[in-house]
Parts: sequence; structure tokens; C-alpha cells
Amino acid sequence: MIAELGHFALMIALAFALIGAVVPHIGISRGNARLVAVADNVAIGQFVMVLAAYAALTYSFVISDFSVIAVASNSHTAKPLLYKISGVWGNHEGSLLLWVLILTLFACAVSLRGRFLPARFRARVLSVQSLLVVGFLLFILLTSNPFLRLDPAPVEGNGLNPLLQDPGLAFHPPMLYLGYVGLSVAFSFAVAALIEGEVSPLWARWVRPWTLAAWVFLTGGLALGSWWAYYELGWGGWWFWDPVENAAFMPWLAATALLHSAIVVEKRDALKSWTILLSIVAFSFSLLGTFLVRSGVLTSVHAFAVDPARGVFILGFLAIVVGGSLALYAWRAPKLAPGGVFGLVSRESALVLNNILLSTFAAVVLVGTLYPLFVEALGAGQLSVGPPFFEYAATVLMSPLIVALGFGPLLAWKRGRLGRAAQIVLPALVVAAVAALAIWWQTVGGAVMTAFGLGLATWLTVSVFLEIAERIQLFKNPEGAFRRLRGLPRASWGMSLAHAGLAVILFGVTISEAWTEEELLVMAAGDTAEVGGFTFKFGGVAPVAGANFTAVRGFFDVSRHGRTVTALTPEDRLYTDPVMNTTEASIYPLLRGDLYAVIGEAAGAGRWSVRLYFKPFISGLWVGSLMMMLGGILSLSDRRLRIGAPKAKRAED
Amino acid sequence: MAGLKTRKKQRLVVASIAVAAIAGAVLLVLFAMGGDSLSLFLQPSAVHAKEIEAGKRFRLGGLVAPGTFSKAEDGLTYHFTITDCAADIPVTFKGLLPDLFREGQGVVTEGRLNGTGTFVADTVLAKHDENYAPPGTMPKNAEACTHPEGLNSGYNTSPGSRG
Repeated sequence: MIAELGHFALMIALAFALIGAVVPHIGISRGNARLVAVADNVAIGQFVMVLAAYAALTYSFVISDFSVIAVASNSHTAKPLLYKISGVWGNHEGSLLLWVLILTLFACAVSLRGRFLPARFRARVLSVQSLLVVGFLLFILLTSNPFLRLDPAPVEGNGLNPLLQDPGLAFHPPMLYLGYVGLSVAFSFAVAALIEGEVSPLWARWVRPWTLAAWVFLTGGLALGSWWAYYELGWGGWWFWDPVENAAFMPWLAATALLHSAIVVEKRDALKSWTILLSIVAFSFSLLGTFLVRSGVLTSVHAFAVDPARGVFILGFLAIVVGGSLALYAWRAPKLAPGGVFGLVSRESALVLNNILLSTFAAVVLVGTLYPLFVEALGAGQLSVGPPFFEYAATVLMSPLIVALGFGPLLAWKRGRLGRAAQIVLPALVVAAVAALAIWWQTVGGAVMTAFGLGLATWLTVSVFLEIAERIQLFKNPEGAFRRLRGLPRASWGMSLAHAGLAVILFGVTISEAWTEEELLVMAAGDTAEVGGFTFKFGGVAPVAGANFTAVRGFFDVSRHGRTVTALTPEDRLYTDPVMNTTEASIYPLLRGDLYAVIGEAAGAGRWSVRLYFKPFISGLWVGSLMMMLGGILSLSDRRLRIGAPKAKRAED
Repeated sequence: MAGLKTRKKQRLVVASIAVAAIAGAVLLVLFAMGGDSLSLFLQPSAVHAKEIEAGKRFRLGGLVAPGTFSKAEDGLTYHFTITDCAADIPVTFKGLLPDLFREGQGVVTEGRLNGTGTFVADTVLAKHDENYAPPGTMPKNAEACTHPEGLNSGYNTSPGSRG
């Protein structure tokens, strides 16, 4: 009964979305304010309906209603409640429902928060958003209905893939989806602006917070995913340049670029056409990611089902949305009024450079991700594009970005002076060069890239501080500096924090890549091993049992210079539903690095194969990501962004 | 200071930068695709057919032939044979095998052939769940396979262990 109600609610939502996609445009062309206002009602109505459907599915999961196929094949009575709830999006059908829920949530939020928007423009935005809702609801109802029944109902479900039964991964999909789908708002704003034929600085002021919010979620989703890979997959890696990861990374790159170009539109009324294009591209990457992950063209943890009908539908939808919006862009963009002129050396140019590098990187990642599919489609055999390709591209493209990052915020709008900026960041250059040379000398000329990476990270860190110091005139006029420090707008704190976060990530990547120590060995109880200056003493194994698994747990006492640091208890788990082994690494984060132990299998005579790591400063990755997210949130909370458009604009209504 | 006085000039500069960026990206892609970046995905018969020389890195996929799995004295090195039911290639791997490594099931390994025709793997990706069916491990000569249930197998996207 509940499942049928959910199904019915989805159909009503589809009807709402169809109305919302068409009627507001009619209202605008006829000048009928009541028809225009339908957009708002529909935005709320479709959200309520999809929410009801989502609640119905969650309810079916929580009570373990195995007469619903989606529940029977992905849940189990013995599963902890958290994973019953996260199981809703741990499968193809449910995750699409979550996608639509977020899509309608954002439409609803635009309707409620966007009261300052001119009604006409808001209606256009909402109707584009409704059109996207129509596409996804059709996809769900036609190919991936989560409410299909199973008769007779099995007494027990298949259970959720144990790799996904993890707190880190429970929140990774919703987080990532909030980011993916958040970009739909920028997309809808861009398409609406193209229809209206006008992009004003106000437009950018509306779009920026939405993009920023989406970016914060995307950053969080990526960080959670890589954290999960780091501790759950048990070999200490955190990023594999797997196509599925790339599928989430490309929207992030595009969103980062969009974030920066929208600033130029807002402050200087330039780069309008490019920013519109970027909004379209960023959301297209989100859709492409969904296509790659959901269609089964890639095989991975994320590919829930292989069903050609689904792939064809998403590909068709992708073609319509991307093709349609790009065609609209080609037709309308030349009509946009040209923006402000700026000098070759200026803040605008620095942001253009940022955009060029980020979009080039996104394009290169796209090529590397699609190339194997392309080759296979041509029948030229199977191959894979490995990490060296992406790492090479990242090094070549991101190094100049970080160098430019030191200068960019110091350049004035319209026309900056490179000499002046160089003078301010000179200390950063000196410190970075000294740091890089010191490391290069220490490692006897061995690791050039390590020295280079650390030099870049140092450069970025110091220049962030110098930029703040310059803003508050710390050196020129120190007595009022503290007052000015407190008076800095939150947006500028946000920027500094996010940029510093990038530096911390760079430190984490470089240091952990260069100085990770790793031992693969066979140990018996009482054996000790030295890894990274720590002594790991193996205390044997013991069997343990969890709610839905049994495990072998190994015990390690870790000490340093005779002083006990911690105990590590890695497990090799055997889940019962479905039957599957997983490796639970045991990790103890220290300020200087992570202690990481994995237990393998019995090697006979009471010996066990084990893998021990010391991963210096790897926490920098997650700490840096958190700093980026906090930076985004801080910017979002800036009054200037929150207030949005002045009320006078409503006169246009 | 090179100022951009007019829109036309600015557009010219932007356009030339865009062209340069695209050219740079193309060069970058071509350059980065060299070396070990691209690895072929082959099954044993294709390895024989293409006469892959020793030392070239590639991915070898197929089924773990039943009855060929053994562990060396050190407890860390494993020997097994990968088969596509038409040809076999012996594989050695030092490290922790992924959790779902089983005889008769699909596996993808990455490494190089040594001088004696043994594939020295540094990465083993094992099947991951019954529901996933990657094309790469489906044997060429499926009828000859002794373990037909291995046909419907998937592999984990994440490298299990590194040697």
C-alpha cells in the first residue's frame, strides 16, 4: 500500500513538473501574471510529492518490506538501521529518486529564497528546473521504478554490499548529489538568462551562492569518497583516477571555474557569455557523470545495474539537455551585451587564467576517461588510461594555477600592476625556494618533484598570509591592523581559507606520496616490525562477531622509542548477507602521519600476512578539503551574498 | 603596460589565448598518453596472438584456472594461472590478494611478462559482487571452461593490493 502511494506520488509529481515546464512560458508570453505564478506553486508541489515518494521508499526499507523489489534485492532485516536508511540510495532506483528529490528541493529553494528575483525571470528558471525534473521522473517511472512489487515476497532480502555498509559511504552519495544537482540551479539560471537575453551583474549575484553551495557539497562528496577508499579498500590509496571518480571530479573542476568566473560577472560585468557556457558545461558534466556511472558502460562499485534501456534513455536525455542548451547558447549568446574591458594584467585576467587552466584540466580528464570507451566502440580492443596520464596532466596544468594563485588576489580589478603584486609576494617566493632547495638537498637531488610540490605548497601558504597582511596593512600601518582584520568581509576570509586548504591538500599529497613507508610481511604473535620509526608488535588474532558479519581481528601494539602510542585492530570481515569478505584497515591518525595496519590471511603455523604503513601527513587531504568547504560556507554567510538583489529590482515585475 | 584599450583587441587576445590553450591541451594529451599511461587489456590468447614482448606493461584478464592456485614459502607470494579457456598464462603476485579472489572466478591483473613467459603482477583486481558482469573477464572459449559459474563475474575497480 505504502509503495503504491509512493508510486502514485511520483506520477502526480510528473504531472506537476509537466505543467511547471510549460505553463509559465505561456504566462510570460501572454503577460498573464497568474500563469507565471504557477511556476512557484508547481515547484513546491512537485517537491512535496517527490518527498512523499521518497518517504514511502524509506519506510519500505525501514520496515523491510521485501515485497518491494528494490528492498528485497538491497536490504536485509539484520542490517543496522543506519544502513537500512542509507540503503535507500545504495541502489540504482533509490539513488535516482534521491537525485530527483534534491532537484525538486533546489527548485523549491529557488522559489522560496528567490523572492527578490523578478517574477518573470524566476518563472523561467523554475520552468527549466521542472523540465529537468520531467526528464528524471520519466527515467525513473519508465526504466527504474523503485516501487515495483515482487510476488511472492521473499522472507529475507539480499542485503547491501558490505563495502557500502560504512558511515563514510552512507553520506557520500547524498553529499555528492547535493553538489551534482546543485549545479542544475546554475544551469537553469543560465538557460533562463539566455531565453531572456540578458545577463546582468545581478544575475551573477544570484547564481554565485547556488554554485558556491553546490561546490561545497561536491568538495565534501569527493573528500568523503576518497576517505572511504583510503580506509575501506585497505591498501592505503585515496584516489585511483578511476572513471567513476573522474566523473565526479570533472563537475568539481567546472564548478570551481564557474565560481571564479561568476565573480568577474558580478564585480566587473565581463566574461558573461563564458560564464553562461560554463554553467551549462558544469551541469552537463554532472549529467555525463550520471550517464557514465548509471548506464553500465563502466564497471565499478557504483554501477548498480547493467540495463541497456537505461543507458539509451540517459544518453538520449543527455543529448537533449546538452545539445539543446548549447544550441540555445549558440543562438542567443551573441545577442548578450558585451561586458567591461579589462587590462592584460588585472584581477579579471588572473581569473581568466584560472578558468583556462581548470577547464583545460577538465577537458583532459574527459579525454582520458572517454578514450577507452571510444577505442572499444571502434573495436580496437580494450585498454585503460592509467594514473600516470592524469598525474602528468595535473602536474602540468595545476602548477601554473598555484603559482598564479599567489598573485591573483593581489591584482587590482581592471588594471593591476604586476610589479606591485610581485613585490608583496616576494617573501613567499623566497621562502618557497628555500624550502624546495632544502628538501632537494636533503634528499640528495633525488626527488625533484617532491621538492617542487612542497615549494608550491609553501608558496601558496605564505602568499595567502601575505595577501591578508596586505589587506589589513599589517606592515605599513600596524596599529590599526587588528581592527581591520576583524573588519575583513567573510567572503575574503572564505577565499583565503579555501586557498590555504588547497595548500594543505598539496602538502598532504606531496609528503604522503614521497615518504610513505610500507611493509608487507608475515608475522607470528610476538613478532615486531619497524615502520616509519614506529615499532609494531603483533599480538596474534582473535575471532569477533558483529551484527551481520564475523571477523578475524588482529592486534598490534604500536610504540615509538619504547613508549606506547596506540593499539591497532585491523579486521578481515566475512559478511553473511550477501556473503562477502571485506578488509577493515585499522588507522590511527597522528599529527605527523597515519599509522595504518591491514591483516591478510593465515600463512600457516600461526603466522599471518600483514601490511603495515606509516603515511606521513596524509590527513592534510581531509583537513584541506574541510578548510575548502568551510571557506565556501564562510563566503556563503557573507551578508553581501545573502541579501542578494536590491528590492528596487522588483519594479520590473 | 600592455593595456587592452578596445573590445576588439580584447576579443583578439582572448581568442588567441583560447586557441593556444586548446593546442596546448592537445599536445599535453598526446604527450601524457606516452609511456606507461595506456595499458592494454588482454586475455591470454590475445597475449599469445599479439606476441606481447617481456617488460611491456598491460592488464591481463580472465578466470583463475581451478587447481592452479598455490602460495609460496614466504606466505606472501602467490602463483596461479589465468585462463580464457583457450590459452593459459602463469601469474605470480606478491602482496595481499583482494578479499574476493577465488579459483574459477574472474580476475584482472596488471603487470609485465618476464623472460620466461610468467606474468609478474603488481596489482590484482578481483571480482566484487555476483551482480556485476564486466566484459573483460568473459572467456573467449566459454564452452571449454570447467567453471561456468565464473562467467558471470565482476571485478573491483580498486586495486586490491600492490606488491
